[in-house]
Amino acid sequence: MAKEPTFAQHLRLYITGYILSIVLTLAAFAAVLTIGRDNKSVLILVALLGVAQLVVQLKYFLNVTTQRDRRDNLALILFSSLILLIIVLGTVWIMGNLAVRMHTTM
Amino acid sequence: MNPVSSPKSPGSINPHEAIHRDPDMVIFGFWVFMMSDLIFFGVVFAIYITMVGATAGGPGPKELFDFGSLFAQTMLLLTSSLTAGIATVIVKHERSRAAFLFWVVITLLLGMGFLALELYDFAGMAEKGGVPQRSGYLSAFFGLVPLHGLHVTFGCLWMIVLIVQVFTMGLGDVVKLRFLRLALFWHFLDLIWIGIFSVVYFGGWVYG
Repeated sequence: MAKEPTFAQHLRLYITGYILSIVLTLAAFAAVLTIGRDNKSVLILVALLGVAQLVVQLKYFLNVTTQRDRRDNLALILFSSLILLIIVLGTVWIMGNLAVRMHTTM
Repeated sequence: MNPVSSPKSPGSINPHEAIHRDPDMVIFGFWVFMMSDLIFFGVVFAIYITMVGATAGGPGPKELFDFGSLFAQTMLLLTSSLTAGIATVIVKHERSRAAFLFWVVITLLLGMGFLALELYDFAGMAEKGGVPQRSGYLSAFFGLVPLHGLHVTFGCLWMIVLIVQVFTMGLGDVVKLRFLRLALFWHFLDLIWIGIFSVVYFGGWVYG
């Protein structure tokens, strides 16, 4: 088992996570403000910042690591993510395809 | 079954031992619940994505969403995640009960501030004709965002109950483990909110 961090180290972990989250959130909001709310390319940036924030919060707030004794959590999260990906991408794919065939706009 | 309540079963760990050894091992079951909740959210997100543009002539995201309020809500929730984290550190290192209660109360107030802003937002949307029954798009919106709000509401209730328990039962190991689960739940809601502002609000503005 990994050595438990001290009180100060532990606290620093959360504060680091918070600062990184704030920076990533501000970046996403700033991107939407400057690039505009109608430009489709802004969403790629927002998506990348969102994924980065997901990783930051999982690491610093939820303490998910690849350490041996914490593998159960990681395996559970990865499995759930797979199910999630199938559900969401599958729905968007099927419904989008249907919309195209019905000649309706999405 | 909760390992805390069944000290006789072979795999169980007594709570006092658990909190010092590795509390993250004991709350694995709560992770399973959160991941099932994540999939539930995923389905509602998928519905929202397919419903963007299905406004049936009613108001869409461009008229309804308020950028400033969205920003304020995001900051409140993000900060409450930090304060919940500070309370977690205090619990894990057994610092003072007063400091713990202070950070829980701050988290509760931030959560309630978030809810107040969200309700104010919904009222503003309703004024512009953005009610759930107006269009498929609005039904999808009100199926997703208030679902997150409901989770936040239950998180706040949970905090109130916990504060009462600290006074009636003391900050014992059982209450501490309950708080660690609550903190996980709260961080998880913060993660869902990142999805909401990225997909529902920003995505709505671009595609709606």
